Amino acid sequence: MNNPQLNKNGELQHLLSTEGLPVDILRAILDRATTFVDVSDGFEIRNEPLLKGKSVFNVFFENSTRTRTTFEIAAKRLSADVVNLNIGSSSTSKGETLLDTVDNLCAMHADMFVVRHSQSGASHIIARHVAPEIHVINAGDGRHAHPTQALLDMFTIRHYKKEFHNLRVAIVGDVLHSRVARSQIHALTTLGVPEVRVVAPKTLLPTMVENLGVRVFHDMSEGLKDVDVVLMLRLQNERMQGAALPSSQEYFKYYGLTEEKLAHARHDAIVMHPGPMNRGIEIESSVADGKHSVILPQVTFGIAVRMAVMCMLAGAKV
Amino acid sequence: MNIHIRNGRLIDPKNNIDARQDVYIVDRRIAAIGAPPPGFVAGQVIDAGGLIVMPGLMDLAARLREPGYEYRATLESEMTAAVAGGITSLACPPDTDPPLDEPGLVEMLKRRARSLNQARVFPVGALTYGLKGLELTEMNELTEAGCKAFSQADAPLTDTRVLLRAMQYASTFGYRVWLRPQDSFLAKDGVAHDGEVATRLGLPSIPVIAETIALATALQLARETGAILHICRISSAAAVDMIRSAKREGLKVSCDISMNHVHLTEMDIGYFDANCRLAPPLRSLGDKAALRAGLLDGTIDAICSNHSPVDDDAKQLPFAEAEAGATGLELLLPLVLKWAEQERVPLLDALAHVTINPALLLGQKMGHLSVGAHADICVFDANASWKVAPAALRSQGKNTPFNGYEMQGRVRYTLLDGQVVFQQ
Repeated sequence: MNNPQLNKNGELQHLLSTEGLPVDILRAILDRATTFVDVSDGFEIRNEPLLKGKSVFNVFFENSTRTRTTFEIAAKRLSADVVNLNIGSSSTSKGETLLDTVDNLCAMHADMFVVRHSQSGASHIIARHVAPEIHVINAGDGRHAHPTQALLDMFTIRHYKKEFHNLRVAIVGDVLHSRVARSQIHALTTLGVPEVRVVAPKTLLPTMVENLGVRVFHDMSEGLKDVDVVLMLRLQNERMQGAALPSSQEYFKYYGLTEEKLAHARHDAIVMHPGPMNRGIEIESSVADGKHSVILPQVTFGIAVRMAVMCMLAGAKV
Repeated sequence: MNIHIRNGRLIDPKNNIDARQDVYIVDRRIAAIGAPPPGFVAGQVIDAGGLIVMPGLMDLAARLREPGYEYRATLESEMTAAVAGGITSLACPPDTDPPLDEPGLVEMLKRRARSLNQARVFPVGALTYGLKGLELTEMNELTEAGCKAFSQADAPLTDTRVLLRAMQYASTFGYRVWLRPQDSFLAKDGVAHDGEVATRLGLPSIPVIAETIALATALQLARETGAILHICRISSAAAVDMIRSAKREGLKVSCDISMNHVHLTEMDIGYFDANCRLAPPLRSLGDKAALRAGLLDGTIDAICSNHSPVDDDAKQLPFAEAEAGATGLELLLPLVLKWAEQERVPLLDALAHVTINPALLLGQKMGHLSVGAHADICVFDANASWKVAPAALRSQGKNTPFNGYEMQGRVRYTLLDGQVVFQQ
């Protein structure tokens, strides 16, 4: 089976998932991102007119202000023309199919689609459907993947920890429903992190999750013991209705990140969160705002990483 | 017209024949095997040299989509596909729109099918009104109209008491109850096997226990009521084990699987191939191996196409939104042949799963070529290879997970009731 993300020459054609992404390409994206951010001086993002004349369409079938905004900023920093489309469920409820929508947007001469959809695999269908000169970036599909989030997380980890091969990383929370967690796991294992852990109650872990190459912990203190990086996941309120959890209070007590629990990690551990955070549910404010937290730099790095992905897809040389 | 099928290799599982034998048809029925009956004069001679002559295939699950879903398929298109696949009899699940819960609908379907004169249609009636799982249908009336069994198709029947009553009532009259075991709560929103692939792709999943819990309930109710229970389309190793033990214990239970599950697993979903969105879901490699073992030891009685034509628009969607189903009528025979070759099963045993076994499960004295039987015959070339190309399929449903597969076995003639209804 051909890897749908790569073209015949093994170059990045679409960015759909961190799974199956060759380590060279992963590293190249991170390296490229460093050229867009001045890490010595308050994380300043540079402007580079590398995508001048290109059109980037942000096509969001599921709403997300934050992710869409960072893509928009990234594209504008590269001097691309940006079109934002919040399709939500409106056009499908009018009877238009996903691919009809895509055909219409292609006819408007899009060069690149940034797609978010509530169903796993949606960006794969679009990538299969569009002409070869059009590139697709998955900005989150169902529970499947959110590759740019994982890449910005990797960029952040590399910035603070320099290397991957000596790290212990714990992913804490609702792994079952999380596209972020899946993309993080594939990226971390590809980059050579020797120990990736997931920490959650059994109701929030998918079947055979250990086959993705992770160690499973149900006790947070054990799961955080001696880790270098803590990746928190967002907990959706729906989980209480689905009988996956009894209450957000009980969840916070056992799986919320507090200073007390964080004390089990290494003294120089960093804490990350993809946002938006639920303070008091998955993370305590004093941790979110504390000295271990690198949650805000993550957001800035996210712009540089998205610029790098867009440039690599468009084949733009420095 | 009298027909002489000569020089063919005759395979008739019921009569345990696998030999070079000629077949003589007089007055739409098998008149003799081997030597011509006295005074036989052929009106048509079919030279089956190098070909295999077998009873027409009997498919236990073929959705023809009439009434209600004619945009997906029509009786005409699907009956043409059936005979092109050598299938001369098929059982239709009741999940049409409206469902087959009224004698009038069943009669109309039978009449429409008869007028096309291609394959025999055996409707499976709805077990409950509207397949809603609440009230029993008029099973006697439906039987008089032509229903051969009663089923919920893929619709849930969550109220166990209704299921108990349905099975008690059916067993009162000796009617067959066909159930596809799936606990609707455990399967809710699920679209793929709860295993490695669904975990990787982030697809909502259906655990094996959704099948085994419902199966345990059905088996218990069969013990309690004495109903003739047929279990449709099992998908898991655990279900094979349960049915094997139930049969050993002497329970009147039978079961079938779809040809898709004989050949495919969750791995075939690959990168969200919606053609592999099937009900029940494709399961693990271990499950597939157990299903094949179940076919070999007689735990699984029949293989069906589970033909469910879906239009392209309903498949070109994200995996979870795509509709379940695949076309199958034209692939049933080659896929049974492929399995037989892979497992080194003699054709005599393999073809029983699509002839005499399903005929017995439908209570029909068919699926064989005994003297006096209806001349429903399939003549095929076991050596002809071809590549599955959706556009070349006669069914209106073009979606199949076997797209691009190399197949061995091509039907040359199909005879229904002593008349050639297909040839190529």
